[in-house]
Amino acid sequence: MLDQKQHIKLPEGSLEKDTTTLNLGPTHPATHGVFQNILEIDGERIVSAVSTVGYIHRAFEKIAERRPYYQITPLTDRLNYCSAPINNMGWLLTVEKLLGIETPKRVDYLRVIIMELARIADHLICSSVMGVDTGALTGFVYVMTYRELIYEIYEEICGSRLTTNIGRIGGFERNFTPAAFAKIERFLAEYPAVLKEFETLLTRNRIFMERTQGVGGISAERALSYGFTGPNLRAAGVDYDVRVANPYCSYQDFDFSIPVGTTGDSYDRFQVRNAEMWESISIIRQAMDKLKSLPDDVYHADIPAYYLPAKQDVYTKMEALIYHFKIVMGEADILPGEVYNAVEGANGELGFYLISDGGRSPYRLHFRRPCFIYYQAYAELVKGGMLSDAIVCMSSLNLIAGELDA
Amino acid sequence: MSLTNERIQQRLTEKFGDVLTGFEEPFGLLTLTAQKDYNLKVMQFLFDDEELRFRFLTDITAVHYPDRKNEELAVVYHLHNLQDNIRLRLKVFTPVAKPDVFTATKLYESANWMERETYDFFGINFVGHPNLIRVLNVDEMTYFPMRKEFPLEDSMRIDKDDEMFGRGGTF
Repeated sequence: MLDQKQHIKLPEGSLEKDTTTLNLGPTHPATHGVFQNILEIDGERIVSAVSTVGYIHRAFEKIAERRPYYQITPLTDRLNYCSAPINNMGWLLTVEKLLGIETPKRVDYLRVIIMELARIADHLICSSVMGVDTGALTGFVYVMTYRELIYEIYEEICGSRLTTNIGRIGGFERNFTPAAFAKIERFLAEYPAVLKEFETLLTRNRIFMERTQGVGGISAERALSYGFTGPNLRAAGVDYDVRVANPYCSYQDFDFSIPVGTTGDSYDRFQVRNAEMWESISIIRQAMDKLKSLPDDVYHADIPAYYLPAKQDVYTKMEALIYHFKIVMGEADILPGEVYNAVEGANGELGFYLISDGGRSPYRLHFRRPCFIYYQAYAELVKGGMLSDAIVCMSSLNLIAGELDA
Repeated sequence: MSLTNERIQQRLTEKFGDVLTGFEEPFGLLTLTAQKDYNLKVMQFLFDDEELRFRFLTDITAVHYPDRKNEELAVVYHLHNLQDNIRLRLKVFTPVAKPDVFTATKLYESANWMERETYDFFGINFVGHPNLIRVLNVDEMTYFPMRKEFPLEDSMRIDKDDEMFGRGGTF
């Protein structure tokens, strides 16, 4: 009989390695984007991982140094393209902070509705894809229908679906149509039942639990050291949420809680995201209620120097024509200053560090992209685990290639 | 209990004196400049001190100011004290000819890639960094693209032949 041990072990002084090198990505179907990891595996256990990023780097920070402010919004769409409206709002809020623009309450609430819809769209993709990666496609199909509805709402509001360019400096390009409100109402009426069904499929599913519990866990201390933010940090038990810590866009008017986990593993991340979706639904409901008591024709701040005038006025009034020309040519006055503004993106603290020297475009604009920062922890999270756990761990982190590479 | 900008400034000045300059509060965010060799010492103090507790690194980036003699590059750190919920911005200026700054990787794991990114785009040499290689750009790149000597194309240039792009007509 063959001596198994001798058969597997390499002879003394062999030049061959004990481990196998495996390229996971950049075009692997299970990595959901352009992620490459060079894994050293021993059998099916991961000994070490080296992540390579930058495959879709598009130099947005450099491009932004030549663009007038309103032309930077479409660049931010392409960061986290699963929740583009949050990026748009984050950028617009940064500019408004620099310029000292106060937006009316109704604009804030409309923005909150859009941001929370985007958060739901992002979370439901992440959570349902975790199901797909563990072999459960059904839940994914259920919730995808409602991402479609969210995209239809975007379409009603701004005309596009994925890269939205929603909102303008000071408010929105146009008011929400009755059709948009009807669709939001429909979403609020139908989605809770679907989310409940989705949770029933996976939360107490033995296979799903076995595949995700204890996979890619991280302690709160390590998570903070690695710069985790968003649901990933909250899954490790730290209740840091920018919406509560530094409220922006009138989030202080809303009543919601921050779900937290304990172990920081993939299952906790899944649970935190699902719980956040319930909170988001509740926030949208509250916002819809608050809107009822406000005049329904306000959708932008009264700032003629930065907000495009109505086309009718451009043709008939001299001031409107001047402002229109100045804004379109990117000559609106921008104050010099230095500002850091953060919003709670769908996967963490999305920060904009803007330095203006008073010129038509930023002197320097830096995006704090949450997943670029926490992706460094991936090598530590998957070390010692199985190859199939590495896939689950990656989808549970909610990595978005566009944001990772800016 | 709650920490204020004044208190932080007072505490830092007691400890470091002249090393820290340029205290200001744009949009309520305490901003200060440290001498080049002191960035790590200041951050270590901010991290360890039981009152200040700046233990979360939000962001590292750099800015290029070609007109400032001998301090062309600024490295900007955004730190966050999560307990008292207060932020702080620390700047370090370094000459572009010798852009050496101490690394923060020993304090924060997250500094690793952020410093690699800053090196990648600005060429800041983080002394003591375990693996200071490019992260987003290709490894073969020989320059640091976010510096101001690399302007983007001027849209008003007149030597561009639109015929090449199928739009017809020459200048």
